[in-house]
Amino acid sequence: MSIGDYIRSSQIWKSIFRHPAPVDRRNRIVVMLTNFFLHLHPVSIKSQGIALSYTWCMGGITFFLFLVETITGVLLMFYYRPTLEWAYHDIMALRDVTTLGIMREIHRWGAHAMVITVWLHMYRVFLTGSYKPPREFNWVVGVLLLVLTLLLSFTGYLLPWDQLAIWAITVGSNMARATPFLGHEGPGFQLLNLGGFDLITKGSDARFLLLGAREVGEATLNRFYILHCVAIPLVVATLIAIHFWRVRKDGGISQPL
Amino acid sequence: MDPHPDLTSGVVFGLGWFYLILFAMNACWVVRSYKQDGEMHLFGIEVPKASFWALYAALLGMVSIAHFTGSSQPDAFLIRMPEIFKDYADLTIGNSKLGPVLFFAGSIVGFVLMIVLREILVVPTVGWVLLNGSLLLLGLSMTDYDFRQIVAKPDNVPIVAMLFIVGYTTWLYFARAVDNDRRVKEGRPLYEEEHQEKILVWPDLVYSELVCMLVITAVLVAWGIALDAPLEEPANAAKTPNPSKAPWYFLGLQEMLVYYDPWLAGVVFPSVILGGLMAIPYIDYNKKGNGYYCFEDRWFAVSTFLFGFLPLWVAMIILGTFLRGPNWNIFGFYEYWDVHKLEVLNNVNLSEYFWLTLMGGAMPKVDPSAGAATQAVQILVREWLGIVLTLGYLVVLPPVMAATVCRRMFHRMGFLRFMVFSNLMLLMLALPIKMVLRWAFNLKYIVAVPEWFFNI
Repeated sequence: MSIGDYIRSSQIWKSIFRHPAPVDRRNRIVVMLTNFFLHLHPVSIKSQGIALSYTWCMGGITFFLFLVETITGVLLMFYYRPTLEWAYHDIMALRDVTTLGIMREIHRWGAHAMVITVWLHMYRVFLTGSYKPPREFNWVVGVLLLVLTLLLSFTGYLLPWDQLAIWAITVGSNMARATPFLGHEGPGFQLLNLGGFDLITKGSDARFLLLGAREVGEATLNRFYILHCVAIPLVVATLIAIHFWRVRKDGGISQPL
Repeated sequence: MDPHPDLTSGVVFGLGWFYLILFAMNACWVVRSYKQDGEMHLFGIEVPKASFWALYAALLGMVSIAHFTGSSQPDAFLIRMPEIFKDYADLTIGNSKLGPVLFFAGSIVGFVLMIVLREILVVPTVGWVLLNGSLLLLGLSMTDYDFRQIVAKPDNVPIVAMLFIVGYTTWLYFARAVDNDRRVKEGRPLYEEEHQEKILVWPDLVYSELVCMLVITAVLVAWGIALDAPLEEPANAAKTPNPSKAPWYFLGLQEMLVYYDPWLAGVVFPSVILGGLMAIPYIDYNKKGNGYYCFEDRWFAVSTFLFGFLPLWVAMIILGTFLRGPNWNIFGFYEYWDVHKLEVLNNVNLSEYFWLTLMGGAMPKVDPSAGAATQAVQILVREWLGIVLTLGYLVVLPPVMAATVCRRMFHRMGFLRFMVFSNLMLLMLALPIKMVLRWAFNLKYIVAVPEWFFNI
């Protein structure tokens, strides 16, 4: 008996994998049904539905990049401190001296790549008409995921606390100042007042909500850190689960049922 | 020594690698061409078409060697973008009046040509020529100092990559769509219908997923080693960079700020874009084109989406990233970003055109000390023309469309769906319309109510 056979016939192995290796048709089907990670997939699939020239694999790459961002991001959280004193210093150290500091490079480039792949995924889904019935709602979930991807990238932009970061966020968040009714330079904000006192001021408008202060500062850094590392990823993970579940329930990635 | 050298040893050497890769790509193409393209008559003898590609590839190989051997004397190196081309490009694109017009009109013309000439575009050789042309243009442009400053900025590298990927995926779409359109015309089954046999996910899909993950990981690690991720000087709230730019994927929105106020360009239009995207499946009643590539079965939906994605989103990002310099002035691809470049633009509101130019009188006064109701009436008098035009555009035009040009659409879509659809279309066209008005008449605002931050 070879060592491989010995391991595969042990009680431990059998308690984890409840069937023989997927080398014949029956076990190739069973593995898809019994493995937690694989059961996301159907057992069999139409050959054109996995052709690279049809799917471009962009949705899959986007999901994989999300996993890469999660893993590298968690590792970075062990090191990086979101304070004015340390944020930039920690990023510099990650680049120059820290072992495995390349995690930051991968995290940053992966984020750029994810924005691009999520667009291209939408592009492919549109061009194959895969949003058509019965998949209308999953397209809506997809658009939400697109927005959240951009927001993840946007909130992460601030964390290195360099010139690029604070000014890009300043330019981006200045838009919130002009929100109709809710921005202190937006049309109609004067309508929201109580007895002559404006409710919407520089210290209470949509931009203040976003920044946690009147200008981009330490409060903003903290706010964006929490959004970037906890709040948005939780929402994204939930929506991804729904997105994948709906793909299965709606009968695959495209074509009418 | 020139502080801004067009060529340095490092650049020449790097370009040597660039042309070496191009040489390798074309060497593969020679093989493909030899197997598939056949022969042609030349001076009475049969010559494989691949021989032309072989000549071209050999030339690229020599160019590459020339770069490697010439890198010690960059100043004397001859292969560089001709000055006359650079000057001409900068004079046209870098011109504050002409530049945006040329750029936008050029992207529209390219867009229309792409759709009209799609049957020619999808010939593999044509696609390959276009790819080689754009790569050669990029390689030659890299011999310019100012071009390199912008394109090789770490944050802009992904955008350059994105352009090529978007170009390729668009080509791929048209290749598949044109093929399927021909099949429909000839009564043959669609390509997708011919590949409906069921295969097991293990191993076919699971293994390709594994390979894909490994490739992406390798690319990311190589990318992370080769290029430092963007990191500039420490943040300094007192030192505003000029230009200050939003993250690159929002630069299309920032470009809109040239034509619309922040409440529209930064809040309302992005919301409309997202709402509009979510509304697509509920608006598009066409049952054809579900699960296969095609153009003719759904030409309107595809053209609209491509129009929104290519000229209005991707091209605007290029414009915002590569051509917008200090003070958000427009600069040519090879132009030095001069902070003192003057742009004299005297923009005029529609109400000023009406009251001052047309009526030859004075602007109606709005009394800032008066009550809100009085002010509203005074503003209404001053801005009546713009308000009427805007309401006409968004409220009157849709029913008119429903009764005339879009009658069949209106009947198939029903009232609510058609109203949402027509308003989304009109809002999408609002950007090009305002652009043209700005370029043609220096029009600033159609409705200008600075008292209430309400400018359109």
